[in-house]
Amino acid sequence: MGRTIEVTINGTRYRHEVEPRLLLVHYLRDVVGLTGTHIGCETSLCGACTVLLNGAAVKSCTLFAVQADGAEIMTIEGLAEDGQLHPIQEGFWQKHGLQCGYCTPGMILAAYQLLSRSPDPSEEEIRRGIEGNLCRCTGYQHIVEAIRYAAEKQRVARGARSE
Amino acid sequence: MPKGKKFVGEPIPRVEDHRLITGRSQYVDDIVRPRMAYAAILRSIYAHARVKAVHVENARRAPGVIAVFTGEDVREAIGPVPVASRLPDLKVPKHPVLAVEKVHYVGEPIAVVVAEDRYLARDAVDLIEVEYEPLEAVVDPERAIAEGAPIIHEEFGTNVAFVWQLSGGDIERAFREADLVVSQRMVNQRLIPVAMEPRGVVAEYLPGEGQLTVWTSTQIPHLLRTQLAAMLRLAENRVRVIAPEVGGGFGSKLNVYAEEALVGYLAMRLGRPIKWIETRRENFLSTIHGRGQIAEVEAAVKRDGTVLGLRYKIIQDVGAYHQLLTPAIPTLTGLMATGPYKIPNLHVQVIGAFTNKMATDAYRGAGRPEATYLLERMMDRIAGELGLDPVEVRMRNFPQPEEFPFPTASGLAYDSGNYQQALRRALEIVGYEGLRQEQQQLRQQGRYLGIGISTYVEICALGPSPALPAGGWESATVRVEPTGKITVLTGASPHGQGQETSFAQIVADELGVELADVRVVHGDTAIVQYGIGTFGSRATAVGGTAVYGALQKVKEKATRLAAHLLGEENVANVAFEDGCFFLKDNPERRVTFQEVALAAYLAKSLPPGMEPGLEATYFFEPSNFTFPFGAHIAVVEVDPETGDVQFRRYVAVDDCGRVINPLLVDGQVHGGIVQSLGQALLEEAVYDENGQLVTGELTEYAIPKATDVPWLETDRMETPSPVNPLGVKGVGEAGTIAATPAIVNAVLDAVAPFGVRHLDMPLKPEKIWRAIRGA
Repeated sequence: MGRTIEVTINGTRYRHEVEPRLLLVHYLRDVVGLTGTHIGCETSLCGACTVLLNGAAVKSCTLFAVQADGAEIMTIEGLAEDGQLHPIQEGFWQKHGLQCGYCTPGMILAAYQLLSRSPDPSEEEIRRGIEGNLCRCTGYQHIVEAIRYAAEKQRVARGARSE
Repeated sequence: MPKGKKFVGEPIPRVEDHRLITGRSQYVDDIVRPRMAYAAILRSIYAHARVKAVHVENARRAPGVIAVFTGEDVREAIGPVPVASRLPDLKVPKHPVLAVEKVHYVGEPIAVVVAEDRYLARDAVDLIEVEYEPLEAVVDPERAIAEGAPIIHEEFGTNVAFVWQLSGGDIERAFREADLVVSQRMVNQRLIPVAMEPRGVVAEYLPGEGQLTVWTSTQIPHLLRTQLAAMLRLAENRVRVIAPEVGGGFGSKLNVYAEEALVGYLAMRLGRPIKWIETRRENFLSTIHGRGQIAEVEAAVKRDGTVLGLRYKIIQDVGAYHQLLTPAIPTLTGLMATGPYKIPNLHVQVIGAFTNKMATDAYRGAGRPEATYLLERMMDRIAGELGLDPVEVRMRNFPQPEEFPFPTASGLAYDSGNYQQALRRALEIVGYEGLRQEQQQLRQQGRYLGIGISTYVEICALGPSPALPAGGWESATVRVEPTGKITVLTGASPHGQGQETSFAQIVADELGVELADVRVVHGDTAIVQYGIGTFGSRATAVGGTAVYGALQKVKEKATRLAAHLLGEENVANVAFEDGCFFLKDNPERRVTFQEVALAAYLAKSLPPGMEPGLEATYFFEPSNFTFPFGAHIAVVEVDPETGDVQFRRYVAVDDCGRVINPLLVDGQVHGGIVQSLGQALLEEAVYDENGQLVTGELTEYAIPKATDVPWLETDRMETPSPVNPLGVKGVGEAGTIAATPAIVNAVLDAVAPFGVRHLDMPLKPEKIWRAIRGA
C-alpha cells in the first residue's frame, strides 16, 4: 500500500501518498506535474533526470520517491527566480549550449552543483563536472562555454556584492 | 528598426531556447490526456525462432490491465510496416507490427499490454508466456549470403535482399593502365543512434470527428501521417500527426515504426488515449541502427598519386526487415564513392544481406560517412604505398575550382566548390609543416604523434523529387496577420537544429521586422500544409528556400497594395526598405508594412481584382542537390604502452554555403564531429553469435562524454550554392561525414612506425595496443 511522503519542491511543500516502488522522477513528472525533468535511460547513466536533492545533484530515475521523504528538491522549473533566468540558464542560451534540449535541464543542474563547489572551474573541471550527463547534439563545447559564461557572470556579481 | 540591420549571418541566440532552459517545453512523454492508459510491449528474446504460442491469460487478469493483443489479434487490422525505397528486385519481407508465427530479431514486438498506469503495464508484460522454437540465428552478413546459411525469410530462399550496382567510365581500362593497385578491406561498424529522448507515442481517437491524433517523436510528421493512414485504413485527412518537442533524431526518427501504428490502433479500439514510451533498452533493440557495411575497395593508381579508378564491393547489413529507407542508404555510399576527387572510372556493387538483427537505416550522414571513410582511408593507404604525403595525393586528385559544376563518375553534378582552398586553410591553421617536423622529433623520443586528414564533399539538401521516394521539395506558408505579425508554417520538422530562429532571421530581413514579430510553426499536420520533413541536411537549403519563396510572393502583393494605397499607378516606382514602402521619386510618400497588412485584411481599398488577406504558400523544388565540402585535421598522440589515444588538436574547415546563423552552424559541426569521434574510437553495436545485442545499454555502448572530446577549432569558407537563391548548402551532417576518417587516419599515422597499415573501428586502446605489439 501507499506511504505518505512530504517534500519541498522548488520552495513549495507537497504531501502525497505514493507507492513504495514509485521512482522519484515519475513522482516529479506524473504526480506533481513538473515535466521539465526528463527520462533518458532509467539506469542513472545519461543524467537527463538530474535534480538537486538537499543541494546535491542526483539522478531521480534511480531513487524512489519515498527515499526523498522530508527532502528539499530543486528541479529545472525552480531555477529562475521571479522570471529572472539563472546565470547558467542565460549561459546556455547565449552560448547555444543546447539543441534538442532533452538533456538540458539535467545538464544545467549538474552545472549548478559544479559551480557551487568550484566557482571558477577550468575547461577540464567543467568537462569532469558534467561527465555524468550525456548530450548527443552539441558535442559539449558550447556547454563548456555556457558554464564558463555563468561562472564569469557569478564572479562579477559576487564582486559587486562584496564592494 | 535601425536602417540596414540584418539578421541573416549573425550569431543570434535561439528563440526556441527559453522554453527549453526553463523546463516548460513539451516532449511526447509530457503529454497527458484525460482517461489516458499506458501501453507496454513484450519483445522477442530470441533472434530467430518460431512462435508456437503466446499465452496472455495471466496478463489479461493482472491488476489494472485493460487489454492485451498479440500479432494474431491485429494482423487483419493493421497493415505492414512500410519501406519507401525501391530498388530493382528488392526483396521485401512482410513486416507485421506484432510478430506472427516467427520472430526475426531480438526486440521484435510480439504482444502489447494496455493498463491503467505504466508500472502495471510492465508488470503484466512479465506475465505473458511465449512458446518459442529457437532457430539458428544468422548474425554475420557475410555468412548470411554464403552457401548453406539458415534462411531468415523462407519465402525468398536467400538472405540476399538486393544487389545494386553503379558504374561510370571504364573501370577495366583504369585497372589495366594502373601502375599500382591498392586494396583494403574496411568495416563501417553498426552504430546505434541514441537520441537522448527515446521514441514515444500518444494517440487519441475522437469518434465524433472520426479523427485520430498521434503525438510522436518524429522527423517526418506528414510522411508519417500518409503511411499511418494506409496502415490503419483511415482517410488521410482523419489522421493528425503532431511532432511536439523532439529530443534528437539523427535519422532514427526519420521512419515509420510499428509502435506508431499500434498505439494509434489501440486508441481507436479501446476508446481511450494511449501512451507508449520506449525504454532505453527498447531504444537500443528496436529503433533503427546505422552503418553496418563491409567493403572491399580497390584503387587503380598512377605512381604520381593520380587515382584512375575505384572498385567497391560492399555488403550492407540490412537487419531482419527493411525500415522506411533501409535499402537507399548504401546507394548514397555509391553515389558519393569518388568524393571530392576527379576519379573518372568507378564501379560499385552493394549486396544487401538480411541478418537476425534490428534494421539499419538512416543514421546521421546515412551512407555518406561510409563513402568518405572508405575513400579517405584509401587516400592515406595510397600515400603510404607510394611514399607520398597524404596532402599531395589529395591535391593531385581534386578538380580545379573552375571545373564546377563538376560531373562525377557516379552521375552527379557537384554545384560549387574549392577543395584546394579548404585543405590549404586547414593545413595553415593546424601548422602542418611544423607538426610533421615535431612528429619526426617525437618519434626519436619514443612518442607517437599522428596527423590525420580528411577532405570531403557531401550530398545535401535532399533533394530533387525524382531522387527521393516521396518528394524532395519543401513547403512554407508566410502568413502576415492583420497586426503585421508574421506566422511561418514550415513543412520542415526541426528537432534541435534551430529553424525557429534561422527561418525567423530570413523573414525579419526580407520584411524589415524584428525577430520577435515572427513565429515559426512546425510539426502539426492539422496546422501546417503538407511537407517533407527534416533530414539529409535539407531543412534550411530546401525548407528555408521555400520560406524565401513565399516571402517573395507576399512582398509582391504587399508592394502592389502599397502602390494602391499611395495612389501610385506604377508599381515599379514603389520601393521597400526597412519595413516601409515608399515612392522612389518621392520617398516622403510612404506607408509601413504594418499599415499595408492591416489594409489587406480590412479590404476597404484594394486594387481591382486583388484578393483580401496577405499570405502565400510556396513549394520549393530544388533543381539539384547541394554539395558542401571541407577539410578536417585531427592531431593525436598514441601511447604505445597502453594504446590510449589523446587528442592534441582538432581543426575543421567547413563550407556549407551561405551561413544564416554561425552560432547554429558551429553547433551542428561540433555535434557532428563528436558523433564521428564516437564511431572512430568508442561505439560499436555488438551482437553475439546467437543474435543477442551485447551492447544493449549505455553501460556497454559508449557514446562520447564531455571528457572524451577535445577542443574543436572550427573555421569556415562560404561558397554560395547556385542551386537556391539563399546560396545555402546544409550543415547537419558535415561533421559526421568528415571527422571519422580524420581521426582514424591520425591514429594510424601515429602507429605507422610499427608497420600497422589499417585497423577497423572503433579504435579502442586494446585494439591499438595489440596491433602495436603484434607488428
